Amino acid sequence: MIRVEDLWRTYVMGDTELHALRGVSETIGDGEYVAIIGPSGSGKSTLLNVLGCLDSPDRGRYSLAGEDVAGLDEDALAETRLRRIGFIFQSFHLVPRLSALQNVEMPMIFAGIPPAERRARAKASLDAVGLSDRESHRPNELSGGQKQRVAIARATVMDPGVLLCDEPTGNLDSRSGAQVLDLLAELHEGGRTVIVVTHDPSVARRADRVVVMRDGGILKRVPGRDVVDLGSLFEPGAAPGEDAPSVEEAREA
Amino acid sequence: MSLRDLFAFALAAVLQNRRRSALSLLGVVIGVIAVLSLTAIGEGALRYVTNQFASLGSSIVSVTPGRNETTGGLPQGGGGAPNDLTLRDAVVLERRIPAVRSAIPVSISTEAVSFRERARRAPIAGTTADFERLQQLELAMGRFLPESEVDRGASVVVLGHALARELFDEANPLGATIRIGSWRMRVIGVLQARGQQLGIDVDEVAFIPVASGMRMANKRSVHRIMLDLWPRSDQSEVIARVKELLIERHDEEDFTCVSQDAVVESLSSILGILTLVVAGIASVSLAVAGIGIMNVMLVSVSERRAEVGLLKAVGANPRQILAIFLLEAALLSSAGGLLGLVVGTVLVHLGNLSYPAVEIVPPVWAVGAVLALSLGTGIVFGVLPAWRAARLDPVAALQGN
Repeated sequence: MIRVEDLWRTYVMGDTELHALRGVSETIGDGEYVAIIGPSGSGKSTLLNVLGCLDSPDRGRYSLAGEDVAGLDEDALAETRLRRIGFIFQSFHLVPRLSALQNVEMPMIFAGIPPAERRARAKASLDAVGLSDRESHRPNELSGGQKQRVAIARATVMDPGVLLCDEPTGNLDSRSGAQVLDLLAELHEGGRTVIVVTHDPSVARRADRVVVMRDGGILKRVPGRDVVDLGSLFEPGAAPGEDAPSVEEAREA
Repeated sequence: MSLRDLFAFALAAVLQNRRRSALSLLGVVIGVIAVLSLTAIGEGALRYVTNQFASLGSSIVSVTPGRNETTGGLPQGGGGAPNDLTLRDAVVLERRIPAVRSAIPVSISTEAVSFRERARRAPIAGTTADFERLQQLELAMGRFLPESEVDRGASVVVLGHALARELFDEANPLGATIRIGSWRMRVIGVLQARGQQLGIDVDEVAFIPVASGMRMANKRSVHRIMLDLWPRSDQSEVIARVKELLIERHDEEDFTCVSQDAVVESLSSILGILTLVVAGIASVSLAVAGIGIMNVMLVSVSERRAEVGLLKAVGANPRQILAIFLLEAALLSSAGGLLGLVVGTVLVHLGNLSYPAVEIVPPVWAVGAVLALSLGTGIVFGVLPAWRAARLDPVAALQGN
């Protein structure tokens, strides 16, 4: 289970302070499929980075699978990312000089898994995303959709409980995007917690639950199937899910 | 992360940008070549000097007039001798010190030497018959100076090979009479070609009995008395005895007595220090090369920010990232070191082929030091870039800004 309480994250840029997160609290159950949606600057990526232990909140509590993550040092955070979290990025972030198979193997190198086992697991992982025939291809020899599937194979190869996806379909055409979303749904059905940050309602619609963010806070929470379009999500009163006010709204009231 | 994986990962990164890697290690290559060839030249000079002295015979103690304050320094050459060192001194040293097989006085001057219409100036060495054995001279024809009392002159001369050639061409010089200064001397022998020895070309010299030489130069003092010792004599004991006897005769220590070994030793140590100094200067270029590597690694880190961010995201800890970039720098510099070693060895070889007189050899310690230095350079100058990579903020790095 992922539980964050009163998360604050402020970036100082010269004289101005940018409050990326203003007291966000949220609980995401194991095996849940959650989309975080909001316009750019709403703090959704910052929240994802904090959940992924890439960024530390200035204030607030974060517990991951019962462990207090906020107090961990860098090595322990790295270890958490290695074992518990898989990242999927908008721009794939494959290492250009390595083959698809080697890219998938990479996390296991840092985990110290011996080469033979590494190879076998990477092959299985690539097979699961339907790319077993692209093992030795370099990233520049792959299409966008194939690259993202390699990235998914890499994110899942250490068998983490949580998958964090930052605009996973942002750089893809609709067909490749749909393939990627199907894969995420499959992984969700396999029992993983999937958290997707997006500004695309059609992506958010596939989630069980959608967390709507604005100005560093959570505006509301709605079921994924109720998402129609962006405009309706941000219109107070007009959107469905009014019955589920955010913690902030409850506090302001 | 196993060492093998670390190595493979770093190597792939180095090979990714071949041209830049090659250019950055070029500095190390040049530095290594500089250290290697300069130490080789130093070592070569050392060997040359040592060999030259060895060919003079090793168990020699020489006495020169004048006090040389620097113990173990070079014996003084001709001229400027403040006090006399006489033939009588030589006789006394030979008779009174049992370890001395023979005391061989040497006087040096330069005179006009002529035969018929041919003339030239040549160094004239006045000495005794024992000089032949001492210097392991070999005769092409005739014989060396005859055995006689040291203070008895004789009008005979033994010519160096080149000098004989110049005066006589192919004609037989034996028995001919040549003029040396205003003296007439009969040629009794010609030496075999020998070549340079410590800067003196033995082939150019005319050897005459020492008493004649001194009279010719109008001098009472010899330039040097060389003491040929019996094998396994204690040189320092001989030197002490020489001092005792000569002080007794001169009432003061107005001479310098050193063993050949001491001279070789001090020359060796001077050359050794010179070699070290030169190597030290050359290794400055290695430090410059290290800065080149640091620069390239810094560029590499900033170019690969996204990759570093990714490594962090998939779970690499700061130590692992530090190790990757440190190893990259070390790989670059040690590859440069090895390449420099190969090129340097080839150059040294070429140098030997084109100038065989002095054989230059890179000393073993320099080869080891050069490899260690280049590896160390990479590690030392790789620390800053690697540390930067390890400290990168993953969020900013992934965004590529």
